[in-house]
Amino acid sequence: MAKPELAHAEADSLILRTAALVILPLQLVFSVFLLLRGHDEPGGGFIGGLVASGSLALYLYAFDVHALKRLLRVSPKDLLAVGLLLGLAATLPSVFLGEAFFTAQWLQLSLGDNLVKISTVLVFDIGVYLTVVGTLVTMLIALAESQLEEQ
Amino acid sequence: MLVVLIAIVATACIAPLWTHRWQLPRSWLATMPAACFVLCLSWWPEVNAGAVILQSWAWMPSIGLSLSFFIDGLSLLFLLLITGIGTFIALYASSYLKNHTDEGRFLFWLFLFMASMLGLVASDNLLAMFVFWELTSITSYMLIGFHHESEKSRKLALQGLFITVGGGLLLMTGFIMLGSLAGTYELSEIVQLSITDQSPFVDAMLVFILIGAFTKSAQFPFHFWLPNAMAAPTPVSAFLHSATMVKAGVFLMARLHPTFAEQSLWSSAQLWAGAATMLLGAWMAYISTDLKKVLAYSTVMALGTLTLLLGIGTEYALIGFVSYLLAHSLYKASLFMLAGGIDHSTGTKDLARLQGLRVAMPITFVLTIVGALSLAGLPPLFGFIGKELLLEAGLGADLWVITTVVLAAALVAGVSLTLIVKPFLGSPVSLPKSPHEASPAMLAGPLVLLTLAVLFGLFPFLAQEGLVRTAVHAVAGFEMGVTLKLWHGVNTALVLSGLSLLAGALLMVLWVRSRPMAQLTLRWSERYGPESGYFRMMAGIVGFSAWQTRIIQNGRLGIYMIVLILATLTPVAWVLVESVGWPGWFATLNPTIYEWAMVALMLVSTAFAVITRSRFASIISLGALGFSVALIFVHFSAPDLGITQVLVETLTVLLLVLVLIRVPGFARFSSKAEVARDAAVALFAGFVLSWVVLAALSVQWAPSIAEYFVENSYELGKGRNIVNVILVDFRALDTLGEIFVLAIAALGVYSMLKLRGGSDRGET
Repeated sequence: MAKPELAHAEADSLILRTAALVILPLQLVFSVFLLLRGHDEPGGGFIGGLVASGSLALYLYAFDVHALKRLLRVSPKDLLAVGLLLGLAATLPSVFLGEAFFTAQWLQLSLGDNLVKISTVLVFDIGVYLTVVGTLVTMLIALAESQLEEQ
Repeated sequence: MLVVLIAIVATACIAPLWTHRWQLPRSWLATMPAACFVLCLSWWPEVNAGAVILQSWAWMPSIGLSLSFFIDGLSLLFLLLITGIGTFIALYASSYLKNHTDEGRFLFWLFLFMASMLGLVASDNLLAMFVFWELTSITSYMLIGFHHESEKSRKLALQGLFITVGGGLLLMTGFIMLGSLAGTYELSEIVQLSITDQSPFVDAMLVFILIGAFTKSAQFPFHFWLPNAMAAPTPVSAFLHSATMVKAGVFLMARLHPTFAEQSLWSSAQLWAGAATMLLGAWMAYISTDLKKVLAYSTVMALGTLTLLLGIGTEYALIGFVSYLLAHSLYKASLFMLAGGIDHSTGTKDLARLQGLRVAMPITFVLTIVGALSLAGLPPLFGFIGKELLLEAGLGADLWVITTVVLAAALVAGVSLTLIVKPFLGSPVSLPKSPHEASPAMLAGPLVLLTLAVLFGLFPFLAQEGLVRTAVHAVAGFEMGVTLKLWHGVNTALVLSGLSLLAGALLMVLWVRSRPMAQLTLRWSERYGPESGYFRMMAGIVGFSAWQTRIIQNGRLGIYMIVLILATLTPVAWVLVESVGWPGWFATLNPTIYEWAMVALMLVSTAFAVITRSRFASIISLGALGFSVALIFVHFSAPDLGITQVLVETLTVLLLVLVLIRVPGFARFSSKAEVARDAAVALFAGFVLSWVVLAALSVQWAPSIAEYFVENSYELGKGRNIVNVILVDFRALDTLGEIFVLAIAALGVYSMLKLRGGSDRGET
């Protein structure tokens, strides 16, 4: 193994590409599912974020970094920033309601038979999700790009 | 109060958009501090009636940190000064920096500073006050270094930051000591106490708090950063470095005056530092020729005077303190704004070159006369009242105190008369720019502030009933009769005042002739003054870190790892051997066949990762190791951890592939001995960490909180997934910290890859 393999051209596999196109949307939806159900069942923002990053990483390997950036449309650093902002935003409502900083606030809505719980905790979890995705994709893109530059 | 803070912060955030994106008139931004001024004024009737306003929002009740505000006479005086002067500064800045490319950034930091300063003076909680205190240091740093292209500007900004933050560090220690001594962090309760006992603990606490206050308020020997901070644009000098931020230290000392008045260390330190600062500031102001430096040193003088008055601590001194503070804020901010106008319109602030401006800048001339006379302490200005009280207070103290006071007063009188005569009288000379009158926005501030100075001087009753009485009450800690009078009759203080003015006039005449001597003194003090000590210390720190970097970080990753591992784990091993011992309980375990299989899987993959010659095989087998850990989680029914572990392992392998693809295949560089050394360190690390994990299970210092989480997860956290409830609710603050760490890691990777070798490869 003298030469490093898996330079992006060599990963050009039809099977991988086709599979990636099918898996990506499913996995993204699944990640959101994990995020939303996380408060009661296994899951949550961190796991959801990892699953989403995994799908994007698959896409990166199947195609290339330009394709991934086109797919994302926004810079992953912006995702990161939005995630942190949401995380911070979740800390504040309680202050205005006169409770200790970061106390969770809940709003329970019944829609038919279902109880929908909207809360600052959910906002915070979405913040975690976005931060995780932003972090990993920033790293992935930076690494992949620096590899392109060296070729 | 919270409304005020949020309003100012919001103004800061929209300021860049306001000026650059929307192109709206900048001067409108000044309406926000003006509105806050009115809001603060609405508390006045209550405070003036002797009440204290307390507002509180719980923040972290568990450690006694709350966002609480404490508004009495002293803080209200500061609040009004900050918002009032802040309004005019915002107006002034709108004209001074018109069409500067970084105007938005400037306004952002300026308003942010205003918010921090307001928070500082209104805070009831010592810890919150400290946070605001540090915020003022940081915003001041950004503002001094506003012209960041210039190396000098950056260096001086850093100097101000190091000194104030260094003092802040000690201050925090002092605050914590005070908090534990008083049993509360709420200032409103602390000022009710009088700490009279003597102990090394109390002495250390006083010294820490004093150093914090002295660095912030530029007391000798930390005074040198303030004149250097004049590298900032003029609105900043007028606002931060004369009217508000530098008074934070003085404010703190005044705030704690009732608590510490009985401590002789507290008052004598203030007396000596104040007197030294006052005399030095006055002397330096006289020998400087740069207009802004002159004003800066006269600010140093004023801060010294205020500290001195607190140190004297008699009734006269405290009334004098508040009056002098008010007078100084009014005239000094005005003088700075006027000096900025002169600089702006003539292109120079060298006092030796300016001459004959009275024709081109008549309004500035008239205003400067009023401001400078207030600085000199001439009737009927409010500055006169401040000075008379200062002299009265000095007469009540030792002889050396009154001598320094008179000397400083004479020097300041000389400086202020020079400020009137030198730039404005005489015949016009050619200057870098042809002078013209400053714009109305730049003159509005001085006009209003100086009118107030005259009004308060003519009708001292206004100032007395409006602000001074309640503020004196707050500083003294008890009610006392306060009567401000313009005319006290002919007494010793008046004679001394007259003498100092005569001496000042003489100094003014000598001003031009004394320049060569002044230059010589300046050079001498640059070489041997405390500032050179600062530079030598900084050079020493840089030298030391270069030395230790050469030793420890010699560029070989292997060495870094060894140093890091040994430095962390040796103390841990020491503690384990000393006080924990070898846990015996796990010998009695009886693992099942599945568990044996998992252990075997982990051992094999670890061994393979170490011995294989292929990088990819190594990465993959590390992945296998991670998956077997996930198996363990699943086996012991922790699905969340299991899922996370699997995902993290997958992504780690992917990232590692991307990284390692760039490095050539394994090659042997290390000698046998080095390999043995590395292996020994690795085994040691693994051994100690395993021991820690085993010991952690058998040692229980505090009652387990697991039960609490299990019981309250659904009750309080409204979730059945305990892991998630812990992450996003019970321990959400930790998670918040962790996502910030993640973000920093991502940006670190990004900048390492993108900005390698300092070359700018551009944005993605």
